Amino acid sequence: KATVSVLYCRQKMENVQHKLVVLSGKGGVGKSTVACQLAMGLAQSGKKVGLLDVDLCGPSVPKIMGVEGKDVTQGETGWVPVTTEGSGVKVMSIQFLLENEGDAVVWRGPRKDQCIKQFLKDVEWGALDVLVIDTPPGTSDEHITLCEVLRPLPNIGAVVVTSPQNVACDAVRKELSFCKKLNLPVHGIIENMSGFACPHCADCTPIFSTGGGQQLATEYTLPFLGTIPLDPRLSQSEDAGIHFTKAFPDSQTAVSINNILGKIATVV
Amino acid sequence: MAKTIQKLGIPGVKNIIAVSSCKGGVGKSTTAVNLAVAMSNLGRVTGLLDADVQGPSIPRMLGMHKLEGVKGTAEGKFLPPQNYGVKAMSLGLLVDDDKSVVARGPMISQQIQGLITQVDWGELDVLCIDMPPGTHDVHLTIAQHLSLDGAVVVTTPQEIAAMDTRRGMQMFREVKVPLLGLIENMSYFLCPNCTEKHYLFGKANLAEEAAKKFQIPLLGAIPFELSTREGGDLGAPVTHLGENGHVMAKPYFSIAKEILQILDEKDKKKDGQ
Repeated sequence: KATVSVLYCRQKMENVQHKLVVLSGKGGVGKSTVACQLAMGLAQSGKKVGLLDVDLCGPSVPKIMGVEGKDVTQGETGWVPVTTEGSGVKVMSIQFLLENEGDAVVWRGPRKDQCIKQFLKDVEWGALDVLVIDTPPGTSDEHITLCEVLRPLPNIGAVVVTSPQNVACDAVRKELSFCKKLNLPVHGIIENMSGFACPHCADCTPIFSTGGGQQLATEYTLPFLGTIPLDPRLSQSEDAGIHFTKAFPDSQTAVSINNILGKIATVV
Repeated sequence: MAKTIQKLGIPGVKNIIAVSSCKGGVGKSTTAVNLAVAMSNLGRVTGLLDADVQGPSIPRMLGMHKLEGVKGTAEGKFLPPQNYGVKAMSLGLLVDDDKSVVARGPMISQQIQGLITQVDWGELDVLCIDMPPGTHDVHLTIAQHLSLDGAVVVTTPQEIAAMDTRRGMQMFREVKVPLLGLIENMSYFLCPNCTEKHYLFGKANLAEEAAKKFQIPLLGAIPFELSTREGGDLGAPVTHLGENGHVMAKPYFSIAKEILQILDEKDKKKDGQ
């Protein structure tokens, strides 16, 4: 039986057409990268996009989106999310509420649960075509709270990110098992950091192995959305808060991201 | 007067260190495995506890993921299996690969406490704990209840990683766990074809700056090398053939020696009291 706060969250989310959760069982595979690139790309295509960062311990989204250190203002019905200048994405993250943006957030589960529900019901998201949600690795409080609130709503789905190596795929299997257990539809799997093309000699090295993402997609009968190769300029762009695919459209990485965006755009 | 939580040690275990980073994917588990194997190679009786119950990597990295179950003692405790001289315990050894642990913080903390107290570690010189990413319940539970001799923190050069790593270090300071040092992992990648250096995750001296800010040593910078990753996937860590067994073993041995020196000096001070 849903609590009052959960019902209120769901009521607020009625103005959000599609809810897209970016998941991975493994840390550091590029969930935040994918979440931000999807949000910016969908906004560029004309959609009204929100981006919610529920990685409360390691909020990367504001930096990648170029809005680190911005303040969240209080509107009539809740917090006004920070809107990015270029892409017009509405962003909400715990980082905006910290006294110092580098402060540690060391909270136990119940407080995290409360915070996430506040981000869903007490933020003036307005009418959105898509709300992209970036999550921390794992299958714990943050994920359980999101599923508890959003799963009964229409048009909710997940995109699962992995890197190619066995160690990452082991952890992602658990995430896919979580999605199955909680009946969370999965739009597909993305394999990030899929090879590095040396700009000096054009030799492509599968530095994080190869093929793991496709293998998972086959194992779990899920769409394989594509691979994204490593480009050092992506990491540099994120550190600088620059929109990578706009700045380096000819990069193989940008081309791959745009291909994946095209597939996601058909389901949102 | 504030209530202080009493921190407990593990009977028979001389030193306990956490290998940590707030950021995921920087190489904590790879580092923890290779440091533990190096320490064992250097003559210390070493254990490795996988505290990442939702994404346990240690069984695969230590070549134990094909094990069928874990033996128990007469007292009903788990007997940690051993490989490359390291005794290891992980939820990954007790649960099927495709089963997920869907649990909120308090339950995860309970599972960790079980992995600590229900394991017959025997006599160990060092127990390394591979911590999961973030600063969650499990981190607080371990840091507040277990008497940790220190934390070794791992980061990559990228600002986003360094940012989160600083948060993790702040957490350890707040719960009064000594920071033993910082390791910069995946510093650069050497193209095997043309031997050009590539700074995949940035080149800024952020790790050095963070070490200075927190007044801790920068224990080492480890380049990204294919065989390190392959070793993890194949369950044959690069340190398993000894310090001279592989070119990538050297940085781990160097860091392991530094950590052991710090721990030995702490032990001398403790004995001298």
